[in-house]
Amino acid sequence: MKILNESVVLTGYLVAAILFILALKGLSSPRKARRANRLGATGAVIAIAAYVLGHDIRNGAWIALAVVAGAAIAVPAARRVHMTQMPQLVAAFNGVGGGAAALVAVVEFTHGADAWAGSVIAFTVFIGGLSLTGSFITFGKLQGIITSRAVVFPGLGVLLGVLTLAAIATAVAMVITGNLLYAAALLGIGLVIGVLFVLPIGGADVPIVISLLNAFTGLAVAGSGVMLSNVLLLIAGTLVGASGTILTISMATAMGRSVTGIVFGAFRRARKSGADAGTEDRPVRTVTPEDVAILLEYSSRIVIVPGYGLAVAQAHHAAAELAEHLTSRGADVVFGIHPVAGRMPGHMNVLLAEANVPYESLVEMDVVNGQFKSTDLVLVIGANDVVNPAAKSSPGSPIYGMPILNVSEANQVVFLKRSLNPGFAGIENELFYDPKVSIALGDAKATLTQLLAAVKAAV
Amino acid sequence: MDVFALVTITVLAVFLGFEVVSKVSSTLHTPLMSEANAIHGIILLGAIMVAGQATEPLPLVLSVLAVFLATINIVGGFVVTDRMLVMFAAKPSRAGKKEVSK
Repeated sequence: MKILNESVVLTGYLVAAILFILALKGLSSPRKARRANRLGATGAVIAIAAYVLGHDIRNGAWIALAVVAGAAIAVPAARRVHMTQMPQLVAAFNGVGGGAAALVAVVEFTHGADAWAGSVIAFTVFIGGLSLTGSFITFGKLQGIITSRAVVFPGLGVLLGVLTLAAIATAVAMVITGNLLYAAALLGIGLVIGVLFVLPIGGADVPIVISLLNAFTGLAVAGSGVMLSNVLLLIAGTLVGASGTILTISMATAMGRSVTGIVFGAFRRARKSGADAGTEDRPVRTVTPEDVAILLEYSSRIVIVPGYGLAVAQAHHAAAELAEHLTSRGADVVFGIHPVAGRMPGHMNVLLAEANVPYESLVEMDVVNGQFKSTDLVLVIGANDVVNPAAKSSPGSPIYGMPILNVSEANQVVFLKRSLNPGFAGIENELFYDPKVSIALGDAKATLTQLLAAVKAAV
Repeated sequence: MDVFALVTITVLAVFLGFEVVSKVSSTLHTPLMSEANAIHGIILLGAIMVAGQATEPLPLVLSVLAVFLATINIVGGFVVTDRMLVMFAAKPSRAGKKEVSK
């Protein structure tokens, strides 16, 4: 349909670009955020409608079918996903976006391209492909299909180096000859590099990789914008690339790591990873949920430190109820949240928000760290690495340098833990042997339910 | 596209991206990432552009596949972000005995 003329279409793009910016900006306030997201979606609809109404489009039936099929998969997946599985879903969505950008670039290449356009296409094919498989490996790690430990084999670094050189050579050949086979080869190399790039990244660093790959897909989309001469794709892609980069850096900082350290650190770390796995026979003080209830009775300032174990056990609702109950009896209860608690930065906040914990009770690490000295009791539920003093005391530890919640400054610390096994990052926690620490072993949800019953019974 | 216009737009968008995101609190980082993820789903527009011009079988198959993947990205991205944000937005109106401990 050619109903709209070109200037109307371009105005549509401008409106869409503004709406995208407002969408990202609106996320700075939890109250306005939902409306902001709707603005973003509206922007996308306006842009696509403007294009479709402004051009003659072939293959309309195929396109419509693909859109319907895509939506039929995406909507139920997005609606039904458990909040605990949110990070892997976002990773998957990111991957297919990267794949789409790579395919668009390959198709554009079949129309022929000069050196400049060819270079942009090569870039988009490569980054899009890398983002596709990288995101799927991330998905696999988070979903537990692939081990979350760093997977490293000898010569991985060399192999990656060789592949990168091969990618550059293939890109050059592709631009010079204009042969589609080179584009396909480049896509293949990008796909392989995506796998090898994410495999060696282990455990706690995976959240940062999601953000990094998100930025990569943004760049691939920006590249598509250049090759299709579409300003909206350029702006949207660049916005995401830039904001994703900032987000990645700020998360890495929150963990006391550098981005390059995370991406390439595994190669160096691999050799000594088995070293500190020695199991300990030192005594820990275990307590029953009833004991914990009594401790809670005598505490007026309580900080709950939730970790991913809480979410896995689906115990965030029970934790929220406990907090609510304790608050109603006059105790001061807040949740102290590490920036990377959960499987994605800010993930824990989403989970607790789902359980109706008020936004104001979610306290960021820097603030809550100032409050531990005056805290009577810290209840650590299903968390380990984010309170592990090894981050401060043992330079050899993989989490060394990560800022932690200084729970040991409080009067008493109680861990609710499934087992004494090390956490996601696989590191022993010295804190368990501290005299003011006690541990209630068991499934977080079962323990919390008993604890809640005991607290209520004590009225 | 004129190279100067292109560079200008890119540089401005980079600054804007930095500026807009650095104000978001870490509490909302997950929705932020998800929102950014949804926004790059606008590659759907690019996919429709190439699919709408395809005349031969191979480009048609590849570009329709791109439309399919991009739709998953953009639709899923916005829906899942909305789901997360509902939970944050619901908080203040959520009545009950719990008055915030401040």
